[in-house]
Amino acid sequence: MIEFKNVTKAFGNMVAVDSVTFTVDKPQMIGVIGRSGAGKSTFLRLFNRLTSATSGQILVEGTDVLSLKGNAKRRWQKDCAMIFQQFNLVPRLDVVTNVMLGRLNQQGTLRSMFKIFSQQDIDDALAALDRLGLAERALQRVETMSGGQQQRVAIARGLMQAPKIILADEPIASLDPLSAEVVMGSLREIHDRDGITVMCNLHTLDTARSYCDRVIGMSQGKVVFDGTADELTPEAAREIYGADEALNEAVTSTSISAGASARAKSDPSVPGHGATVAEANAATA
Amino acid sequence: MVEVMRQEVLALEGRRRLYTGLSLALLLAVVLSGYSEASALNSGGFLQGLSKFFDYPAQIVMQAWDQGWAFWALFPKFLPALIETLNIAAVATLIGAVFAMILSLLSSRNLEVPPAVIPVVRRIMDIMRAFPELIIALFLIFVLGASPVPAAIAVAFHTSGALGKLFSEVNENIDVKPLEGLKAVGGNWLQRVRFGVIPQVLPNYSSYFLLRFEINVRASAILGFVGAGGIGTELSRAIGWGAGSETAALFLMLFLSIVAIDQLSSYLRRHFVGADNFS
Repeated sequence: MIEFKNVTKAFGNMVAVDSVTFTVDKPQMIGVIGRSGAGKSTFLRLFNRLTSATSGQILVEGTDVLSLKGNAKRRWQKDCAMIFQQFNLVPRLDVVTNVMLGRLNQQGTLRSMFKIFSQQDIDDALAALDRLGLAERALQRVETMSGGQQQRVAIARGLMQAPKIILADEPIASLDPLSAEVVMGSLREIHDRDGITVMCNLHTLDTARSYCDRVIGMSQGKVVFDGTADELTPEAAREIYGADEALNEAVTSTSISAGASARAKSDPSVPGHGATVAEANAATA
Repeated sequence: MVEVMRQEVLALEGRRRLYTGLSLALLLAVVLSGYSEASALNSGGFLQGLSKFFDYPAQIVMQAWDQGWAFWALFPKFLPALIETLNIAAVATLIGAVFAMILSLLSSRNLEVPPAVIPVVRRIMDIMRAFPELIIALFLIFVLGASPVPAAIAVAFHTSGALGKLFSEVNENIDVKPLEGLKAVGGNWLQRVRFGVIPQVLPNYSSYFLLRFEINVRASAILGFVGAGGIGTELSRAIGWGAGSETAALFLMLFLSIVAIDQLSSYLRRHFVGADNFS
């Protein structure tokens, strides 16, 4: 149970996140969409406490995580894994070490300084990598890997944290369509199997429709849409992005056609994607 | 709006050029005034002295040449002294580098150090750099007696300040994304530095470290002149007695050890950075 109550973040006069209020009562896969600068990233970052909120509360199982300090704050960050657009791994370290860094919070500082990890940590890291299909790459340096692989390493690091929630800030924005599909599929699989909430900032509507149970639309810091993936109609999207009809179709068309074909492969039973493809084709024609 | 921006960019560019011009003029003025000052103070005069510049080296080389094969026998004789000097330099560089690392991490603006700490640490490093090793060594030899220990402390003190400054500049050039990743994981400051900063800065640290080791070999040799032992003591004796071949042998040994360190330095750098980054 997560309750967001009037979460607000202001940079000077600019309000980046404006009284965001909603409740997540059961583990869900949530997609957050909106234009660049709508406050999506800031919202996720203040949920993880990378930045501090100006006001409001986020109650996770009754605890206000926005008021945590010091060790308690770092313990919360451990519970709330974050996946970044640019992966934010340590490029010069190998894959398995990067994954084990997900355990830093449970590990003593002195042990960390000498880079000592337990057998348990190594086993868990390899299990996490195996889940993402990268176990055989464990000793490769992260900087030599492709973007899609790096993002999966980042997800494995997140799994290593044994989190209650996974936040993903534009996880597929720097990836090619195929890698994007693998990464989103992994996040969905983690949600399905581990039953944890995954909250994902997305640029592409079709990704939100295909992978998420619930979609939150943000515009100028405010939540302007909150509904199931099926309720995210082209009209609703147009409202979120604040664009006129022609612009909206043109902006989303390329991503919809690319994503819809991916979904057709992965899950042909989901109804409704035919219509989106038709829309997309109409727009590009 | 575009016009306003254009004006701003032009103004900035103009200021930048003005500053470049001023600094060049200042540099030129300093060099010229320094030359005339030195020229006035010298007893002989720079240009007349230039012709005699090679007389002393030539004399040393001639004396060494005259020794023939016996010249090479001087090397094993001075080897213990050389090892002592290298020892002083190595110990001083290692201790200095440890302190430099601590100081540099506390004086980097991008590592979330409390802002008040940064200028304090930077001034401490300034003080450490301001005192020449020779002065500190003379003072310590007076207090602790003539031995390699005061020399090592003196060199380490200066090294902490000098390397600390270079290290902190390396720290400020890193990519902070990994650090943010580790913060999101819930790592504390030391853990973030250990895994987010150190892997990125280690190759540059190591090359600065080895450069400093080179410099410190020379500095330790000089400290021998004031009684700190090692090759410097031998050198001071050889020069004082006008023993040309011994002087030549000692210089050659110093040169060879610098070459050896340089080779070691490139080898270690390749090792740290990974050979694929050089091709």
